[in-house]
Amino acid sequence: MNCRDLLEGLSDYLDKDLADKTCREIEEHLKDCHNCRVVVNTLRRTVTLYRELPREELPGDVQVRLHKIIQLDE
Amino acid sequence: MEHTVPTDNQLIEEIRQGRTGALDELVSRYETKVYNLAYRMLGNKEDAEDVLQDTFLNVVRSLSGFKSKSSFSTWLYRVATNAALTRLRQKSRREKSEEEFLDEVYSVKDMSHSETPMVDWSDGPVKHLLDDEARRTMSAAIDELPEIYRAVFVLRDVQGLPASEVAEVLNLTVPAVKSRLHRARLYLRNKLSDYFVAEELI
Repeated sequence: MNCRDLLEGLSDYLDKDLADKTCREIEEHLKDCHNCRVVVNTLRRTVTLYRELPREELPGDVQVRLHKIIQLDE
Repeated sequence: MEHTVPTDNQLIEEIRQGRTGALDELVSRYETKVYNLAYRMLGNKEDAEDVLQDTFLNVVRSLSGFKSKSSFSTWLYRVATNAALTRLRQKSRREKSEEEFLDEVYSVKDMSHSETPMVDWSDGPVKHLLDDEARRTMSAAIDELPEIYRAVFVLRDVQGLPASEVAEVLNLTVPAVKSRLHRARLYLRNKLSDYFVAEELI
């Protein structure tokens, strides 16, 4: 496996969506390739940073206006 | 008597029969999710409120045509995503062309091939990775994604929907969802790398 093949399969690798054999090939490549290891680590971190973004609270006035509008429309 | 929480489909049936409060109950169940989806798609609270209202007005008006065979939440996400995309198109913004976007996505390929060792910021101090400025950079990076990549990324990685449901919401195949998700992630990774490495925060 070369760097290019590895890059294409990385999201599936991170999402544990690849066959065991392909995962092993990726891990084998990563042992000897510093830059690909950095891409894997930082891509994984990017995904977790976005997943951990705090949820926006629904502001009280926005909620009141929403319920008023749908009642008028119902 | 034991009180059980009604399912979405039971609430819809009650709305059809005219039970007062059933509509409020159904809306309350999903309003924060829809608001967050809209906020991440549009990047500001004013547009998010417009999309929230448009979504539920559409839902109320189309509820009679909703078939209880399908999942209400998937249908709602479809209505909300379409409302967000419509709003996005109304704004005077210049969307990156597919070519321009993909060039930026795959700039990482050149880097990973280069002799220069790349900087690993992934285990940097949490106080830098999670501070307000980093969060603003993350939001601004989503705003740069072309709309179809943005919709896939927000539904899958911010809202946490499974790839199969994202495919149903957007009327795409699962492989198309995965391919767009991967490109969106690579693009965002590049943007965050530019920020964390250039700022020498790590």
